[in-house]
Amino acid sequence: MEPKKQKAVLENVPEEKDFKENLDQGLYADDIDIFQINLCKKCNLSCKHCHVQASPQNDRIMPKKYLQKCLDILKIYPIDTVDITGGSPEMHPNLEWFLNELSQMDLNIMVRSNLVILLEEDYAHFIDVYTDNQVELVASLPGYNQEKVDRLRGEGVFDSSIEVLQLLNQKGFGKEDTDFTLDLVYNPAGSYLPGSQQALEREFKEQLNSKYGIVFDNLFSLINSPVGKFLNYLVKSDNYKNYMHELINSYNEETLQNVMCRNTVSVGWDGTLYDCDFNQMLNLPINNSHNHLSQFDYEALQNRRIEIGNHCYSCTAGGGSSCQGSLEE
Amino acid sequence: MSDYYESKDLDNFPNIAEFAEEEGNKFFDYYEEATAGNELSDRVTALIGLSVAHVNKCPYCIDAFTNKCLSLGISKDEMMEAVHVGSAITAGAINAHSTQMLKILEDKEM
Repeated sequence: MEPKKQKAVLENVPEEKDFKENLDQGLYADDIDIFQINLCKKCNLSCKHCHVQASPQNDRIMPKKYLQKCLDILKIYPIDTVDITGGSPEMHPNLEWFLNELSQMDLNIMVRSNLVILLEEDYAHFIDVYTDNQVELVASLPGYNQEKVDRLRGEGVFDSSIEVLQLLNQKGFGKEDTDFTLDLVYNPAGSYLPGSQQALEREFKEQLNSKYGIVFDNLFSLINSPVGKFLNYLVKSDNYKNYMHELINSYNEETLQNVMCRNTVSVGWDGTLYDCDFNQMLNLPINNSHNHLSQFDYEALQNRRIEIGNHCYSCTAGGGSSCQGSLEE
Repeated sequence: MSDYYESKDLDNFPNIAEFAEEEGNKFFDYYEEATAGNELSDRVTALIGLSVAHVNKCPYCIDAFTNKCLSLGISKDEMMEAVHVGSAITAGAINAHSTQMLKILEDKEM
């Protein structure tokens, strides 16, 4: 579904309160702590729930000149964390160079990996690249059983993910006595909200450790945003109305204090700047003249007004949700 | 009333204390405490809830606890197993009562 069509669907939530009605004065950013960079839309997987609509056929990748611009920005401004995502970031031809450059700076470097690409011959060396650059690895694993993961991500993905997690543990990722952080990302495999992050983390740790000897640091539990392929699924399966109702019924005003758009700038593959990854997929750039890397203005972006819509209910439901997991725990 | 057992009825569940506030509020306090997963894990609590929901044949509880189990990553196999536990114990209770019937038969028959 194209962004324009997605926006039209999201504007239509009959008998429900429009998200904008919750915020008479709008929502404003506080600062820029996280610089999230979407390197590419190319991916070796085609997951059913992908809000990015990434796939092996999607060839859009960030030109190197924009990566250089990101480095220039990160050198100058007091941004704590760079969060690298995709697609599959490993499929960007300049990722290794980019990470080497980033590791020269005083930054927390996060890379979001689908894990299974690290078994492919051309990409297996990234395990060492991540170790050398002390990257915090954030790995997708939407379940601890094969049936669920393979249904969502493709046949064989669960077994391959387990193999890579074991390799990462051997390198020290996820182990308590090392500096190599390994986080997992869980999101529901259908039209329902996740349970408590604490309970899920406990369960993932117990199941993965007892069955496969795997350890990891944190579980980030994410609510699926009604964007991209997931929105398509909701509409086609006739779940859209009920899912939006559940999100809207779970709206929690307190989460507005910590929603990720207030301290994040999300950079698209073409250098366009967004308030968050979901706005990026809906083609809703930052609403001022500094919405491209080439016009980056730290002060102008710090207190910008955030573009909001009904998809924002997915970050404000229950305990709240962000790319770093629940906002509550 | 147009229809029985509509899923949207669940939205009205929090309002059941409207006409007997004290009893209603005490029920919700009790419900929250009993299902909070204190000594039991969230997973075990959810599976017990799902099993009892089926034993009681309550569509609202089945809806709520199926979603609860899904939200905690519990598999379909585990959920169905929990339903069978409830089903077997219910069948067991019925069959155990046949001992009463057998006692009467023993007493009455020549």
